[in-house]
Amino acid sequence: MRDQRLWTWHVLAGLVILLFLGLHMTIMHLDVLIGIFNPADPHPIAWTNVLARAKMGFFTVSYVVLLGAALFHGLYGFRNILFELGIGRGLKTAVNAVLLLGGLGLFVFGAWSAWAAGALARTL
Amino acid sequence: MTAPANVTFRIRRYDPASQRPPAWEDITIPYADGMTVLDGLRTIKETRLPSLSWRSSCRMGVCGSCGMFINGHPRLACNTQVTELGTDLVTVAPLPNFAIIRDLVPDLRPLFDKHAALMPHIIRDDVQEMYEPTGEYFQAPHDLEQFLQFSYCIKCGCCGAACPTVATDSEYSGPMALAQSHRYNADSRDGGFSARKQVLATEKGPWKCHYAGECSQACPKGVDPARAIQLMKRQLVFDYLRLYKQPCPSTVVPKPTEIKRRADVPEAPAATV
Repeated sequence: MRDQRLWTWHVLAGLVILLFLGLHMTIMHLDVLIGIFNPADPHPIAWTNVLARAKMGFFTVSYVVLLGAALFHGLYGFRNILFELGIGRGLKTAVNAVLLLGGLGLFVFGAWSAWAAGALARTL
Repeated sequence: MTAPANVTFRIRRYDPASQRPPAWEDITIPYADGMTVLDGLRTIKETRLPSLSWRSSCRMGVCGSCGMFINGHPRLACNTQVTELGTDLVTVAPLPNFAIIRDLVPDLRPLFDKHAALMPHIIRDDVQEMYEPTGEYFQAPHDLEQFLQFSYCIKCGCCGAACPTVATDSEYSGPMALAQSHRYNADSRDGGFSARKQVLATEKGPWKCHYAGECSQACPKGVDPARAIQLMKRQLVFDYLRLYKQPCPSTVVPKPTEIKRRADVPEAPAATV
């Protein structure tokens, strides 16, 4: 049952990544035409546009969701690669623990960074 | 390719009693019209190497006994013409990804143990009806098409020998067992999805398939185990999301009681045996 659950979340995380990477490509390459996410300047990585996006709560949330999805998707895939090397039960448990703790640590740090960047942007 | 005058068989030999590692042995024999790899091995055993061992039975690609690694591909020895290999050097080894019992005889017990663990048979609640049938389970032609191609599997092990995941992960059930599990999950007469899920939803299930597709390439019967595994993954994901509902097993259709032969259809001839 556990592997069925993990695989389903792996697929769902892939869909989230697809959605947000689509959004990223739209902002970076198409928004010159539609102008929704780059209100200040036609160039998407101009400072004024980066600042404008950082002030939007939507982007803070999307960064955190994308971070969580990418971490889970990538670490689950890495775990599968390690497991297919034919490692023993004890090492599998250790790999699970290291990836879980490492993933949680990276997620907390990344989420804090996204929140802090938004908070800083709103003071400028 | 035109038929060669002679064919050299490079055979992987192994005798567990000798304590020596497996080694290649070259034997050259004259080519005979229509010679299959199995015919060549028989000729070699009869004339040159009486101790050479392999498994075979039906000689017509039905029993699945003679799966071997022939010129770098898992194939049935009885179903492989020497001329179709395009060379006069035929290398023959036991199927990879299995332990070797002797010479060309792989140990297929893990394959059949995994197969049995996935309950490859019809599972229903009406046990009484299964053992003492009062009629037939209804199945429409489009229901049959859902699993028909997977039922052509002859359990030769060629798919498992070609699978890169089986090569590295001993817990993975492998393409044959998983395809056969899907064959029954997709059968409209079956109600055993929940029972099989107890194995399929674990790390023995289809999750480690990378969709290399080698199993489908290797299958001598044209079965597509890779497709079965992807369909099974989809079924299990939908099941987790509670979007999959196991259909009720098909109902019993009573035996016809009043059948009359049409007047324009002649009677069958009398039995001869």
